[in-house]
Amino acid sequence: MSNTTATAGNKGEKDRSDCFVSLQLTSSGGIAIDLTSKVEVLFGEVIRTLCLEVLHHFGIENAQITLEDKGALPFVMAARLEAAIVQLVKTDKEYLPEMLPENLYSSSREQHRLSRLYLPGNTPSLMINAGIHSPNAIILDLEDAVAVHKKSEARVLVRNALRHLSFMGVERMVRINQVPAGLDDLNYIIPHNVNAVVVPKCESAEQIHEVNKRIGILQKSQKTPNQVWVIPIVESALGIIKSYEIATAADNVVALAIGLEDYTADLGIQRTNEGLETLFARSQVINACKAAGIQALDSVFSDVGDAAALKTYARQSKSIGFDGMGCIHPRQLKDIHEGFAPDEREIENAKKIMVAFAEATDKGLGVVSLGTKMIDAPVVKRAQRVINLAISLGKLQKDWRDNEHQVNSPS
Amino acid sequence: MKKQVNTIINAAGRAVPTEVNGKPVIPYKGVGQHRPEGNKYGPPISTCIDFPDDGSKLIATLKEALIAAGLKDGMTISTHHHFRNGDVIANQIFDIAAELGIKNLVWFPSASFDCHTPLIKYLEDGTIHHIEGSMNGQLGRVTSAGKMQGVGVLRSHGGRYQAVQDGEVKIDIAVIAAPTADSFGNANGLDGPAACGLLGFALADAQYASKVIVVTDHLVPFPCWPWQIQGNYVDHVVQVEQVGIPEKIVSGTTQVTKSPDRLFLAGLTAKFCEEAGIIRDGFSFQAGSGGTALSIGIYFAEMLKAKGMKSRFARGGSNAYLVKMLEDGLVEYILDGQTFDLEGVRSMRENPTHVDTSPFTSYNYHSKGNFAQLVDVVILGATEVDVHFNANVVTHSDGVLLHGIGGWQNCLFAKCTILPIPLFRDRIPVIREEVTTLCGPGELIDVIVTERGIAINPLRKDLLDKLKGSSLPIRTIRELKDEAEKICGIPAAVQFEEEIVAVVKWVDGTVIDCVRKVR
Repeated sequence: MSNTTATAGNKGEKDRSDCFVSLQLTSSGGIAIDLTSKVEVLFGEVIRTLCLEVLHHFGIENAQITLEDKGALPFVMAARLEAAIVQLVKTDKEYLPEMLPENLYSSSREQHRLSRLYLPGNTPSLMINAGIHSPNAIILDLEDAVAVHKKSEARVLVRNALRHLSFMGVERMVRINQVPAGLDDLNYIIPHNVNAVVVPKCESAEQIHEVNKRIGILQKSQKTPNQVWVIPIVESALGIIKSYEIATAADNVVALAIGLEDYTADLGIQRTNEGLETLFARSQVINACKAAGIQALDSVFSDVGDAAALKTYARQSKSIGFDGMGCIHPRQLKDIHEGFAPDEREIENAKKIMVAFAEATDKGLGVVSLGTKMIDAPVVKRAQRVINLAISLGKLQKDWRDNEHQVNSPS
Repeated sequence: MKKQVNTIINAAGRAVPTEVNGKPVIPYKGVGQHRPEGNKYGPPISTCIDFPDDGSKLIATLKEALIAAGLKDGMTISTHHHFRNGDVIANQIFDIAAELGIKNLVWFPSASFDCHTPLIKYLEDGTIHHIEGSMNGQLGRVTSAGKMQGVGVLRSHGGRYQAVQDGEVKIDIAVIAAPTADSFGNANGLDGPAACGLLGFALADAQYASKVIVVTDHLVPFPCWPWQIQGNYVDHVVQVEQVGIPEKIVSGTTQVTKSPDRLFLAGLTAKFCEEAGIIRDGFSFQAGSGGTALSIGIYFAEMLKAKGMKSRFARGGSNAYLVKMLEDGLVEYILDGQTFDLEGVRSMRENPTHVDTSPFTSYNYHSKGNFAQLVDVVILGATEVDVHFNANVVTHSDGVLLHGIGGWQNCLFAKCTILPIPLFRDRIPVIREEVTTLCGPGELIDVIVTERGIAINPLRKDLLDKLKGSSLPIRTIRELKDEAEKICGIPAAVQFEEEIVAVVKWVDGTVIDCVRKVR
């Protein structure tokens, strides 16, 4: 019997909605639980029951467990317990919380990815309410936001979050660790309806092939495998040069993102708010994406306190061709959405196209024209996208057509 | 161990005692059901014969003043909380009492703060028999543990004025810590090192106490103008080194929140107000202290500016943000109950439309109206709300007493009462089947805004109609409760001892609920 102690979780002064588990296997005496919890009065019994259930699930009959709880939700607590257990017990078992039916949605190739909110993969308090802020996507981050010695427990937590935490319909992405090490992260997310895998520090199409190979293996055992998109991040000089190769590496590469913190470090230069030093790299990525017919996603803007600079940055980012950018704090979302929202000219233009299209359809015309210009299907599709986005961002009334109609046909 | 008392089920369905600290009390009868009788209380008549011709009521020390005021066993001593966590006088009073060997005092503060934690030793040794006012933080924990000899009485700010006016509480000695005073006893909160704005919470004490002591560290020649407290009520004036700690007078809860979740809640609340048609030219609002409420005030300001409208009056808690609205012309009057920061103090000094109010003008239920009922929308907090919209502000879900009522109950009479609260705090569901302690009846609470949905009280058909077809997430309160429990689990019922450690008074002096000793 091992006499080592395994631990998992966080118990820092500022950690909330989390717990810290310290587990020791013993040879007799059953399971002894030493619980300190701020919700002891309300949930003490429920917590003890959960501990026993998880330990029994892994076949543990004798153990000393110390649980310091700061209001962890059950899926968090279960993840912490499992992360401690698997350090001491060799097992293929997993203790899976219920997959919420509302988490079983998929995302589309086309959908907007204006904002993707990074959430540290080992910090439950930041995950729990992430959905309410309505980013286009959340990224549960297993890479840079997780300390090296916390990588294993973060995977379990992220897995449980994918199953049992509602992100309210936003696209659910996970950033895995750099390939090849990151391939094992896939085991914890692919069977749990992740919508997109973000592959960091990508420098070759081969890395994407490896990711897809693992996805394929993992999905073999699934009855109805969900669609998993891949979003590589290029963040080195080499990665930038290879961006077209990476963008076209596979059908499920739906977007390519640029990572400017690492890229500027690779070049040995300082990143500035104006971004002149990264203009080449950004343009290269945009061009590669457009050539490949996928979305181009800009880096994060790290100065959370400078809303004005973020606004300028987002507007500029859109103007050079990006379809969205990363976000490290919910308070950045409004400015990012504002910056990437279609402007009035774009909306007006899109409205005209949609009206012309509707009129042509009404009249049974095969050809749509606006003034002297012919309008083909992709243009209509793009206009519809602009309209949808404008409505979703509150820039356009849902019933804009009714008003439009009155303006256009005075009676 | 306290004497066993009889309990009765009141109109809210709560078992409450029929007597508290040996005096009979009236159980809560419902909103607007209890009609008081008789005359107001009157303190003994004073005469100029007993006061010096030169008007100087100066006495050397607080101890001598307390002795001169006849301090003895069993008296009720009142203090006010305008200095918040920077109050030093209350502790000194009971140090003196203990030194004189006096027992069984009743402390009657308008609120208590962490700075009053040293008084716990006097609760334990019997110098203080019990507290009537609020028992916050550690004082609350000690009360919940049953360590106070008597039963605590929790009242709202308006209820405190009502209790004094009606003679429910007879103040033997009122000690009014004043930032500025003259030797006649005129006093205000506008100037001096401990400037705190106004002294409205001490008004009832000045008017109705048998003896009144003014304590100041900033003595000015007569007249101390404006005389927020009139010297004609005052028996003794004491000059001390320091009457309050200025940096602790500024309230800690007056910073706008940076928490994205709270900002979201604030934004959602402001949007609700807009869609409900509450934000219009000439509307009035109360935005209290606390991060979320403050942010809502800022959203209101943005909306008013965008629409070219202004608010007729804002009920404060004033602070830098509200003052800016006043000075930017977005609000015509601030009706201030307490100033939370130095900008509030400055504005009250300089702006004639920044008005100091008292619990008499704003909150007293036993009067010919009060202005709390004229406010269009009030934003308040709560520790718990139940499926009947009842709310709790004094205990936490584990049953421990931790907060006072403040003006909360009084504000419920506004035209629209909104509680923006998180659906759960860590793992603690905030929307419950039944509140642990009832402080505000659900019929007065109109809207619960949580980050996962907004519940409108079914009694407010007008609001439900207005929000029909809204894109806001309107849900039923039960749906919200179920969602909270789905996320957190169903909490176990808290087990209490039989012993009653405190009672909660309603605005009319009746007992709406009680707090029992925790196990």
